[in-house]
Amino acid sequence: MNEAIIIKDLTKKYGSLCALDHVSLTLEPNHIYGLLGRNGAGKTTMLNLINNRIFPTEGEILYGNENVTENSSAQNQFFLMSEDTYYPENMRVQEAFLWTSKFHPSFDPEYAKSLADKFQLNIKSRSKNLSTGYRSIFKLIIALSINVPFIFFDEPVLGLDANHRDLFYRLLLEKYSEKPATYVLSTHLIEEVADIIEDLIIIKQGKILACENKEEFLSKAYTVAGESRIVDAYCQDRKCIGTENFGGLKLAYLLGRPAPDTQGLTVSTPDLQKLFIKLTNDDLL
Amino acid sequence: MNFNLNDDRPIFLQIAEGIEDGILTGGFPEESQIPSITEFSVLYKINPATALKGINLLVDTGILYKKRGIGMFVAAGAVAAVRRNRQQQFYESYILPLIREAVNLNLTKIEIISMIEKGFSNE
Repeated sequence: MNEAIIIKDLTKKYGSLCALDHVSLTLEPNHIYGLLGRNGAGKTTMLNLINNRIFPTEGEILYGNENVTENSSAQNQFFLMSEDTYYPENMRVQEAFLWTSKFHPSFDPEYAKSLADKFQLNIKSRSKNLSTGYRSIFKLIIALSINVPFIFFDEPVLGLDANHRDLFYRLLLEKYSEKPATYVLSTHLIEEVADIIEDLIIIKQGKILACENKEEFLSKAYTVAGESRIVDAYCQDRKCIGTENFGGLKLAYLLGRPAPDTQGLTVSTPDLQKLFIKLTNDDLL
Repeated sequence: MNFNLNDDRPIFLQIAEGIEDGILTGGFPEESQIPSITEFSVLYKINPATALKGINLLVDTGILYKKRGIGMFVAAGAVAAVRRNRQQQFYESYILPLIREAVNLNLTKIEIISMIEKGFSNE
């Protein structure tokens, strides 16, 4: 299976609210994507549209030249770990594993049990009695144990402590190396996934701000730091997307490539989270 | 001055340097197998493509070589090669920044030389 998911001109409106606004992008096979956006940007809407939980207002999503909406053979190649839990609240974890294997033939119950051990999730617990963190872990384990070409995680580490987040990232990378698939991580913890993702998608107010290789994206921006007046002079006629002041010093975020002559200024590459904050802060772009 | 406290050089370079350090200190002896891409990826929590890029850098310079179907191995003569490369970079990596900082601090050439001598006498 080496097909891509191609999203064409996808729009979703809720009444007068436009949650996704003519979005076009391609999700390549066997990549780890970071789906980044502020609260209400349209991340969950996009994931729900791909996974047939809701219907598009306009546009289409193609997988192997077929429209994925109401298409069970295409949907069988995707799995979404959503924020909501749909398992009956009295169902025990081990029963949920059993039922999952009936609906998803690629589900690996032995692997799921080994993950439950690693996370110390008691498989005899009922889903309603799980804490917020363990409810996420329960859903994560199922998503990691399903072997389909596209796995989508909506807020995978919600409520997880630092140890469990660390364990999840390691398991994800191990799984990805052994059984390559495309993993899409929708998350607000940008710093934590910055080195794990290969590509990123940034959504802002229902529109795609970026969809490309992470390194290429980062190489289009840089920061200069130094004495405020020198920084201000440098920023004139350049595309500055944000600044930070610290006493008489200033740090400026710029788009493009640094000038060959930046005497008195320290040039460096911004990290993904800081660049994200500057890009999505206000209406600069 | 740097607002960012982390090493902000590309990760693949840091991976390559880490492997070189392992070769220099004997952690990865010549003709021995180094950990797999997956192991590097999981250990550093980085995308496997990044780990591969770092390893390929050392394959291109002949420090590592690939045994098909088995994995990556440290080449014979790698210790000497890494040392030679590092010696060549020593001037740019250590001497130039040292002189830049010394100039900022109004330290003279004689003062620096005497500090270097003091350092050697403590070795």
